[in-house]
Amino acid sequence: MYSIIRSIWLTFLHAFHKRETVLYPEEKPYLPPRYRGRIILSRDPDGKERCVACNLCAAACPVDCISLQSAEDDDGRRYPEFFRINFSRCIFCGFCEEACPTYAIQLIPDFEMGEYNRQNMVYEKEHLLIDGQGKYHGYNYYRQAGVDMGVKGKGEGENEEPPVDIKSLLT
Amino acid sequence: MNYAFIIAGVLLVVLNIAALLIWLERRLLALWQDRYGPNRVGPFGILQVLADVIKIFFKEDWIPPFSDKPVFVMAPGILMATILLTFAVIPFAPGFLVFDSNIAILFFLGNSSLGVYSIVLGGWASNNKYSLLGAMRASAQMLTYEVFMGISIMGVVMMADSFSLKEIVEAQEKTWFIFPQFAGFLVFLVAGIAETHRLPFDIPEAEGELVAGFHSEYSGMKFGLFFVGEYLGVTLISAIIVVMFFGGWMGPAFLPPVFWFFFKTFIFICFFILLRASLPRPRYDQLMEVGWKILLPLALINILATGAIILFL
Repeated sequence: MYSIIRSIWLTFLHAFHKRETVLYPEEKPYLPPRYRGRIILSRDPDGKERCVACNLCAAACPVDCISLQSAEDDDGRRYPEFFRINFSRCIFCGFCEEACPTYAIQLIPDFEMGEYNRQNMVYEKEHLLIDGQGKYHGYNYYRQAGVDMGVKGKGEGENEEPPVDIKSLLT
Repeated sequence: MNYAFIIAGVLLVVLNIAALLIWLERRLLALWQDRYGPNRVGPFGILQVLADVIKIFFKEDWIPPFSDKPVFVMAPGILMATILLTFAVIPFAPGFLVFDSNIAILFFLGNSSLGVYSIVLGGWASNNKYSLLGAMRASAQMLTYEVFMGISIMGVVMMADSFSLKEIVEAQEKTWFIFPQFAGFLVFLVAGIAETHRLPFDIPEAEGELVAGFHSEYSGMKFGLFFVGEYLGVTLISAIIVVMFFGGWMGPAFLPPVFWFFFKTFIFICFFILLRASLPRPRYDQLMEVGWKILLPLALINILATGAIILFL
């Protein structure tokens, strides 16, 4: 009996508490920088596409919402001919971002993607590609150690030692 | 002619209040749960009710093919009719009364008993096991609580020496009956909540176990009638409590009597909503046990004590 009256009273006191609701359209919630929202494709510091069309994101995607076709430019550098994400399927799990070897595909803190027409949820490459570098500044995949794609010479990349002269006796 | 105006006025006010209560309940529940509730449609979301009503009118009025059609259609009407009829005997203010019956309390009790039929018939005609379970619970709960609901207000009747609600209010000129009849008030309050099958005594509906119980097959405006009927019931019980224990229209003279009546009723409606916000639903057998083992003896002792005091003092 006492507990019943006490719980009625305590509930009544909640009338003077602060309300928890975030009045969404007027008041935007804070989204942490690593929030998994809309997916973008970023560019490297030179302004070129980071994506190398390796298909790892499409393979990692549990709902198969990513579709892309690879192509090569004159330097032999790979890029996606088309890159299509069906956001009506996407579950924003972030596996594609984890799978990406070049930091190209990234999830950003934005979830306001409502559309009246379902077909508008399919984003093509021109919708996905941004001009900036996204979350990882200064990273350029082709400037790291690796094959020459017209960006750097052999042994001139970051974190790369010059080639060993195998004919020298001193090594 | 004058009666026609009063009847129209009472119907208009009561039905609008019942509709607004839907909004009020959602807002107050939200307030006590640290939320906002509907606040988009119109000022403070008050037009939410209008939007809901428009929606519910345009919904398909589906009658299940396996149901007992005439009874199924009739059941919500019985609920509305019995509750609205009872408002005829409630004295809102001196002279603002549709029908000054000398058996008003019996009329109220009789009508609230008839109201059980709507739930039982609705649950039965739905031809659905959950509805039937809800209807069965409703009938048992109503039978239990009808008994001492009547007994609990007999103390008031003895003190006022009348069954007329108007005379009961006039007998509270000096002291409200809440003070001499506190036990009766408590029993009547609990019985009243059970009578309107509001939370925490919404055992016939019990969304968790019975998927809305007796009205799970109802849709469209028939469901709307059950829904509004519930709020009408809350208003009715609050009004009856105010009339019988809180001096009806009595109050300081700087405001009109009808204001005091509605003010007190409003406070009780809010209290009903507060109960919904704070208390969990008891188990079915616990409800019956409290009813028969505690509240019924309490009401009987109250009536005996009141009778003895009136007889010997």
